[in-house]
Amino acid sequence: MNLAQGNTRVYTVTELTRKISGLLEERFPFVWIEGEISNFRSPISGHYYMVLKDENAQIRAVMFRQKARSLKFVPEDGMKVVAQGRIGVYAPRGEYQVILDYLEPMGVGALALAFEQVKRKLAAQGIFDEAVKKPLPFLPQRIAVITSPTGAAIRDFLKILGRRFANMEVVVVPVRVQGEAAPAEMIKALETVNSQITADVIILTRGGGSLEDLWAFNQEALALAIRRSHIPVISAVGHEIDVTISDLAADFRAPTPSAAAEMLVTEKEILSKRLIDMRQRMGNRVTALLKKRAENLERTAGRLRDPRKRLADSWMRLDDLYGKIIRVGESFVREGRRALDGEKRALYSHSPLRLISLMRQEKDFTGQALVRAGGAYLQGRKTALSMLGKQLTDLSPLSILRRGYSITRTLPGRNVIRQASSVGGGDPVEVLLGEGRLECRVEKTSEQAGILVDFERMPDSE
Amino acid sequence: MAEKKFETAMSELEEIVHALESGDLPLDEALKAFEKGMKLVRFCSGKLEEAEKKVTMLVRQEDGKVDQVPFEIQKEEVE
Repeated sequence: MNLAQGNTRVYTVTELTRKISGLLEERFPFVWIEGEISNFRSPISGHYYMVLKDENAQIRAVMFRQKARSLKFVPEDGMKVVAQGRIGVYAPRGEYQVILDYLEPMGVGALALAFEQVKRKLAAQGIFDEAVKKPLPFLPQRIAVITSPTGAAIRDFLKILGRRFANMEVVVVPVRVQGEAAPAEMIKALETVNSQITADVIILTRGGGSLEDLWAFNQEALALAIRRSHIPVISAVGHEIDVTISDLAADFRAPTPSAAAEMLVTEKEILSKRLIDMRQRMGNRVTALLKKRAENLERTAGRLRDPRKRLADSWMRLDDLYGKIIRVGESFVREGRRALDGEKRALYSHSPLRLISLMRQEKDFTGQALVRAGGAYLQGRKTALSMLGKQLTDLSPLSILRRGYSITRTLPGRNVIRQASSVGGGDPVEVLLGEGRLECRVEKTSEQAGILVDFERMPDSE
Repeated sequence: MAEKKFETAMSELEEIVHALESGDLPLDEALKAFEKGMKLVRFCSGKLEEAEKKVTMLVRQEDGKVDQVPFEIQKEEVE
C-alpha cells in the first residue's frame, strides 16, 4: 500500500485506457496502412471487421456500416489492400484498432475488383447461364426502353429506328441511369414494364461514360431484377468496350444503344427484303411465262390457216377439175367428129355408085357378090359409125338421164330443183327420166343429201 | 404463334417461287401458284407492317398508375 500512499499516480484501468486512447488517437488521427486482410467478418450490424497483417505483425481493423456501404467491393481474406483511417481504442476489450474510412485493393482498382466480385457471385448462381436466357421476340412490335429521357442513348436508339424499319411502338420508361438512386429506379422500371405494360422486349440502355458513371449497371440487385423479367431484356450500356453486369445478366447484350435498335430492325429488314425479292422473282417468272405462252400462241395461230381460205381453195380446185373434165369431154367430141369426117370421106371415096360404074365395066362381076361385098362393107362401117355416135351421145345430158340420173323440176313452173329447200312438202314436181317422166308430190324435204348436192352446186360457185 | 405462321407462310412462298422458277408448270397452274404466292406476300407484309409507329413515355401519376404521353426528344443534356 506504500505506493498508494506516496506521490505515485495510480490509474484505474479506465483512466489508463482513456489515456492510451487519447494518445493513440491524437497521434494517429489519419493514417494510411497497407496489408493483407484476414479474419474478415461482416455480422448483421453491417460493420466490417478484419485483421490487417504483414509478415511480422497484425492489427485489428474495423469499417463501420456507413463507410462500408460506400465501398464498391466486398473485402475478402487474402486481399492486399491500402486503407486509410485512424487509430482507435476499444476500451471494453483493451484493444486498439484501425478504424477504416476507406479501403481499396492494391493492384486493381476498387471498381474493377467489385465488378469481378459481383460477376463471380452471380455466375455461381447461374444468372449468366445461356440456358436461362430468353430468345429475342419475333418481330417485336412494342418496345420498352428503360433509360434517361434526356440522354444520348434514347436519341441514338430512336434515330436508328426512325431511319430504318420504323413501324414499331416505343415506350420510353424514364429513369436515372447514374447515381445512388439509379439502380433502384431501373429495378422498379423493370417491374413496372413487366406488370403494367405489354412490351415484347425491354431495352435497358445508357450512353457511354466512365466506369463510375456506368456503375449503376453493375449492381447485383439490378442483375437479379433483369433475370426476373419475363419480358426479354436487351442491355446496351456505354460503348462497345464497356461490359457491365447488366449486359451479362440480360438475355442479349448490344454493344451500344444504336446497336440495340439495329438488333430489332435487322431481322425485320431481312424478312422484308426476302419478301420483296420473292415477290419480284415470282412476278418476273409469271410475266416471262405469259410472254412465252403468248409467243407460242402467236406462232401456232400463224400456222392455223383460216378454214374459209381452205374452203375457197377447195372450191377453186373443184372448179379447176370441172374445167378439165369439160375440156376432156369437148376434145373427145372433137376427136369423134374428126374420125367421123374421115370415115365419111372414106365412105364417099368408096361410094357404091363408083363401084356400080366399075361393076358395069366388069360385066362378069356378079351382082350378088357385089351386093354381098357392099353390104358387108356397109355393115362394118355402119357399126363403127353407130359406136362413135353412141360415144358421142353418151356425153349429152340425155345420156346422163339414161344412165339413171334424173332431173326434178317444179310444177307448174318447170324450174330445175337444185336444193331440197326450194320445194316444200306436198309440192307437185316432175321427174325427167332417161325414158319418160314422172309427176310426183314431195313427201318430205331434207337438207342432208348425197355428194351430188355439192356437185350440183359446183357451177354456181363461180 | 405468330412466328410459326409467318415462317410457314414464308417457306410456302419460297416453295412457290422455287416451283415457278424451276418447274415448267402449265400456265393455269403457274397462275394459280402466283395468285397463292401473292396472298402469302400480302400476309407476310401485313405481319411486318403490323405495328403502329409511335413513341410514348411512361409517366407515373399521383395515384401510382402509369400513363403514356407522347415522347419528344429533349435537348441534349449531360448524363
